[in-house]
Amino acid sequence: MKKPLAVFLLVFLLFNLWVGVASAQATTPSDDEVNAIAKELFCPVCENTPLDVCPTEACKQWRELIRLKLSEGWSKEQIQDYFVEQYGARVLAEPPRQGWYWLIYLMPVALFGVGIFILYRAYQSMRQPLPLEADEAQPPASPSLSDADLRRVEEELNKRK
Amino acid sequence: MLADFGFAILVITFVLAIYTIAAALYGHFAAQPKWVESARLAMLLSFPLLTLAALDLTYLLATGDFNVKFVYEVTSLDMPTYLKVTALWGGQSGSLLFWSWLMAAFTTAVTLRKWDRDREFLPWVILVSSVTMAFFLGLNVFFENPFARFWQTFEGVAAYTFKPENGIAFTPENGNGLNPLLRHPGMIIHPPMLYLGFVSFVIPYAFAIAALVTGRTDDRWIRITRRWTLVAWVFLSLGLVLGGRWAYDVLGWGGYWGWDPVEIAAFMPWLTGTAFLHSVMIQEKRGMLKHWNMILVILTYALVVFGTFLTRSGVLSSVHAFAKSAIGPAFFIFIGATFVISVALLIYRWDSLKAEGQMHSMFSREALFLLNNLLFMGILGICFWGVISPLVSELATGAKVTVGPPYYERAAGPLFAALVLLMGIAPLSAWGHVSLSNLANQNGMEMEKRYALGIARLLWKPAIPAVLTLIALLLLGIRNIYALIGLTFVALTTSITLYEFWRAARARSRAQKENFFLALWRLAGRNRRRYGGYVIHLGVILMAIGIIGIEMFQTETQQSLSVGESITLAGYTVQYDSLAQFQAEDGRWVTRAVMSVFRDGKFITELYPRYDVYADGQPMTIPGVRSTLADDLYVLLVNWEGVTSQIAPFKVYHNPLVNWLWLGSFIFIAGTLIAAWPDEEPEHAPARARKSRPAYQPGD
Repeated sequence: MKKPLAVFLLVFLLFNLWVGVASAQATTPSDDEVNAIAKELFCPVCENTPLDVCPTEACKQWRELIRLKLSEGWSKEQIQDYFVEQYGARVLAEPPRQGWYWLIYLMPVALFGVGIFILYRAYQSMRQPLPLEADEAQPPASPSLSDADLRRVEEELNKRK
Repeated sequence: MLADFGFAILVITFVLAIYTIAAALYGHFAAQPKWVESARLAMLLSFPLLTLAALDLTYLLATGDFNVKFVYEVTSLDMPTYLKVTALWGGQSGSLLFWSWLMAAFTTAVTLRKWDRDREFLPWVILVSSVTMAFFLGLNVFFENPFARFWQTFEGVAAYTFKPENGIAFTPENGNGLNPLLRHPGMIIHPPMLYLGFVSFVIPYAFAIAALVTGRTDDRWIRITRRWTLVAWVFLSLGLVLGGRWAYDVLGWGGYWGWDPVEIAAFMPWLTGTAFLHSVMIQEKRGMLKHWNMILVILTYALVVFGTFLTRSGVLSSVHAFAKSAIGPAFFIFIGATFVISVALLIYRWDSLKAEGQMHSMFSREALFLLNNLLFMGILGICFWGVISPLVSELATGAKVTVGPPYYERAAGPLFAALVLLMGIAPLSAWGHVSLSNLANQNGMEMEKRYALGIARLLWKPAIPAVLTLIALLLLGIRNIYALIGLTFVALTTSITLYEFWRAARARSRAQKENFFLALWRLAGRNRRRYGGYVIHLGVILMAIGIIGIEMFQTETQQSLSVGESITLAGYTVQYDSLAQFQAEDGRWVTRAVMSVFRDGKFITELYPRYDVYADGQPMTIPGVRSTLADDLYVLLVNWEGVTSQIAPFKVYHNPLVNWLWLGSFIFIAGTLIAAWPDEEPEHAPARARKSRPAYQPGD
């Protein structure tokens, strides 16, 4: 009777050990998983440095924090929100799309729109015949512009090409 | 003694610059040519004087006179002599002096040119150059003296320009040494190239202002400065490329461009400069866009000073902003004042800058160049707003935000793609010259149709390789839509550019009965600007291939390895063989790994990623890289994750096609040299219009 009990206990122990190791393996995120999130966060201390490549000790701890949160089952968005809550919106690679920050996104579009409008107006105005050219552009039948004159003007235009 | 001598030279040169400004102004307004000549000679004198000051500081750096604060800050005993010398631009005050010295070299070169036909420009070119130089020298004299020395007083040790009361000279035994990141060859050459680009853009600006002041607003100023602009542009381009290479080699993040504010600060004048290089052609050929060219050159100058301010002031903290000081307000006042004065002059001369030509079609060359300018300005707008919006945000909300790479890439990516496409199509378009009979007989729509058909007729043949490229990419399994669009545009532009070379060379070969290659050579020689431009386009296309490769297809992985273990990425297996730690001759501690690289089970090469720790504790991560035209295998020893003799973390990047970026930059530079190669200037260049003449001309 004792022997089966001992075998059962041993099997139970080994099973628990296996489950423990397996679950530990399953819940320890890889460097790549950590970096995938760290890449989109910026170091709150050293500006303009993504967290995945920042060499400071603080950033090393933040990467470990990401690993811990991932192992606890947090999603990427939850981790990002956590960092924003702790250190402000500056940790995000881009400003959050809300409130005043929309201006940062919309301004280039508006400026480009203004640029297209200016280009259109410039194009329209440059299409208007210039006073001098308008005179020259009278039909060839005009008595003031003989065929010889026309040829000379054509030649002059060709020279300028 | 030498430090005092150096400072005295700086003060003399500053006073001389002020004198130059005054003499040029007086000479012009009092109609006294001798004063203008005196200003010219004074400006010429600034170069030898600043050379003396720069040599003085270089000597102090090379000999390690740590009594001088700047020498203490940027050098140390263990640094090799070449680094001590190049440390001249390794810190704020030295780099400002270096800026002034380069500026003096350029103004000297411009002052020595033949002025016979442009005497009226002379006082104003001298004035603008001298104002710029006086400003930078003033920064050195009043805020950032590179010759300031350490003095021990009752209050402690501090740097002073003049000996304080009861002060005793204090000389530290050793200096701080140059920031390790700046000890890379790329970083040694990168700042001088950027500065050369910056200072040489001052020359076209000076001529533009001269044209505005004198009222000689024909295209003469553009013809004079065309080569200066190209020289400025090539240096700025070189500076940007070298900066990218430095980042790739030293910063240890597997990339070359991080959309850092200071990178963007150097990129912005390049954008306006490139737009300017294109739009001046419209003014030269068609007498149009005169206002716009003035705006572009004014913007470029403002952005040059703005870029220097960002680089030097540290106002936007970033990886580049090593030096910080209180020179910001002076910069802002200078940028604001020069910008306002320039714009006021432009408004004053607005009417005399009216177009002489007429736009005939939206498919004409000039219309497409306008579109090109819009795209460059669009990218500039994105960059400028991206740089300043964190500051605006801080002012508006009290909270700073990061505007990082995703923002710029999403916004500017489509504009870059459109530029690549336009680069191909625009050379097929015709200039908007039109015969009078056509003008009389064709209405607007017919004209548009005529120009569009002109492009389409030339486009279909080169479009075939582009379509075939797209099919090949799809067959290769590429499904990234951005990569497909980008690479198809690249293929189209490449085939159009090569087709243009072929078409012109074949025509010449037939007409002149020449060998095809001889015809090609002579063709390029006869129209260097055009064919140099095409070579530049080919360089840009190759660079675009490299950028698409690394941006769209880069992969990476990171793992901690025990000796004998390996990482597999993109078909490569990288095996960790051993690790060694030793002290280098210059005192830094080097930790170096040996990695074997295999592909398909076959050994290819060994790589040696390492990290160095300098005496002051600063680390530097140097990747081990295997480079081919197909890809780079870029291996980092990730020191920040903790390395032991048992286990070491490695990060491996696979960067497809990235070397096309560097290869393209060589072709790009070669093209610029072809385009900028001097021609004999004709004795009597046509001056299209001299609508108003200045009251006084010194040459008269």
